[in-house]
Amino acid sequence: MSAPAMPLTQSTRKGRRELKNGIATALIVASFLVALIPLTLIVLYVIRAGMTVFNLNFLTEDLPFSNRFDGGGIYPAIVGTLVITGTATAMAVPLGILGGIYLNEYGGHGIFARLVRFLADVMTGVPSIVMGLFIYTIWVLPRKEAGLSGFAGALALGCLMLPIVIRTTEEILKLVPDELREGSYALGTRKAQTIRRVVFPNAAPGIISGALLGVARVAGETAPLLFTIGIVSAANWNVFDGPNTALPQQIYINASVFGGFDAAQNRAWGAALALILIVFLFTLVARVITAIYTRRSAAV
Amino acid sequence: MATDAPALPAGLTKGKRPPGLIADRGFRILALAAGLMVLVILALIAIYTTREAWPWFSAEGLGIFSDNWDPAHQHFGAGGLIYGTLLVAGVAVLLSLPISVGIALFVTDVAPQRIRRPIVYTVDLLAAIPSVVYGLWALFVLAEPLANLFQTISDATASIPILSTLFANPSASGKSFMTAGIIVAIMITPIITSITREVFATVPSAQKEAALALGATRWEMIRGAVFPHSRSGMVAGTMIGLGRAMGETIAIALVIGSSPRITANIFGPGDTLASIIANQFGEASGTHRAALIGCGVVLFAITILISVAARAVVARTDRRSAGTV
Repeated sequence: MSAPAMPLTQSTRKGRRELKNGIATALIVASFLVALIPLTLIVLYVIRAGMTVFNLNFLTEDLPFSNRFDGGGIYPAIVGTLVITGTATAMAVPLGILGGIYLNEYGGHGIFARLVRFLADVMTGVPSIVMGLFIYTIWVLPRKEAGLSGFAGALALGCLMLPIVIRTTEEILKLVPDELREGSYALGTRKAQTIRRVVFPNAAPGIISGALLGVARVAGETAPLLFTIGIVSAANWNVFDGPNTALPQQIYINASVFGGFDAAQNRAWGAALALILIVFLFTLVARVITAIYTRRSAAV
Repeated sequence: MATDAPALPAGLTKGKRPPGLIADRGFRILALAAGLMVLVILALIAIYTTREAWPWFSAEGLGIFSDNWDPAHQHFGAGGLIYGTLLVAGVAVLLSLPISVGIALFVTDVAPQRIRRPIVYTVDLLAAIPSVVYGLWALFVLAEPLANLFQTISDATASIPILSTLFANPSASGKSFMTAGIIVAIMITPIITSITREVFATVPSAQKEAALALGATRWEMIRGAVFPHSRSGMVAGTMIGLGRAMGETIAIALVIGSSPRITANIFGPGDTLASIIANQFGEASGTHRAALIGCGVVLFAITILISVAARAVVARTDRRSAGTV
């Protein structure tokens, strides 16, 4: 640029290229900032609006008889979210881990493993409301009123979690070095023993972290619960018997009360804050486990 | 461990099974059965939902695609719902794609190494916010300013031929196709970002360095080396985002305005397959309920088609790039 002998056209072309590069870089940085705006706004608003009703009574009292009235708490919904998500996890995680083990340790690149892998990807894309309808038709409908229970909701959430856990487990198992497997075989252990005693313990932190992310994802689901769990206003710890309720469901119901009742709106914000805290907690624990795990394996 | 020695020829073990063999086979079968569950569940979804929706399919025939959804008169045409689903998902992807690609490039090629992981975690937090919370926020916080904005845009474009139709009849409550599209765009940004990010990360650094060594600016390097290598991955990511957008339910149910129709007025209320199920299932019975389950079947079919197509694109690229390396 400082060389005066350089033809004018060439330097303006260079300037234009630099300018384009600058604009592109600015847009790239801006796109990240744009994504931050809704994140910040939503989190701040939920905290601010949620805090107005958030206190010990809100967390420990039963729901009011009508959501148009003030007072009452969301204790039954917290109980419901915990037991339903817990039951779903207890069903989907062991099954998903086994499925992932099949894909990576037994199936490999065989035609059947490829099919399962493909279908797991397809199943991840099945809308959550379709899962709800599915459990409604296969589980709730044949049992009529008695079919509405926390367990039915857990079945729907479990179906959503299963493919996530399968694929995460497979990805984590891929990272276990083959030398470990070979070392174990050399000692004369069978394949199942090798997987249980050598491969799995090595991959466990990664798998747990993946499972927790799956839990976080389904804990906030509303659609699969709409026609499967019914509704109650008192806490129901029994997933198998009687209808239940959950935080996402209470948010939805209170948000869609016609006529904009303040009591319902505030309850929805409070429940949203409780739900976000639960989901973020799961996500955070998963991240911490991943971080510790990657640091440890990097050191090895 | 000596008893576990696996190398005995089959003849020597006849009559006495080597210990551990049954457990070994059993575990394999268990794992296989778990993998099979995916296939079983998908098949059961198709069978059971289709069976319950059958009264609707047989009552309406091709009328399921008509634009007349009128429970009071027992008419259940899902045309308006399919249209709404495609429109909202289309708007969402259109808004989300450039931003997602931007964030992915920021993470892979622009941001300092040290802050890349925190950025990824931050964007992933968007995926951690539950759908119903997005809906709540959109309904009580976003809808009002959007309604004013829609009105302003509508007034400003009233005399421009095509835009006047597109932006006509803005909803006073802010519940509209556009509102739903905006909120869904935010929700699918993390998924499109993470897929495109992974694709960008597979671009060989030799190619990027070669571009820079030839004197290319960073943007020219991105256009010349990163994009051509990642085109089909970006297509697949977009399609997966599209599938997610179509299945999105609760956030849309709260802000779409619940009026199933085919209209060009994107600032007006509409409805989608997923959101009408959420909003009407509680009070539905008979053919109405069958029709709502049928909407689920249609949605299931569309999303499966999209994921199959997305995987096909990915598989084709894998094969092609495997051939060139």
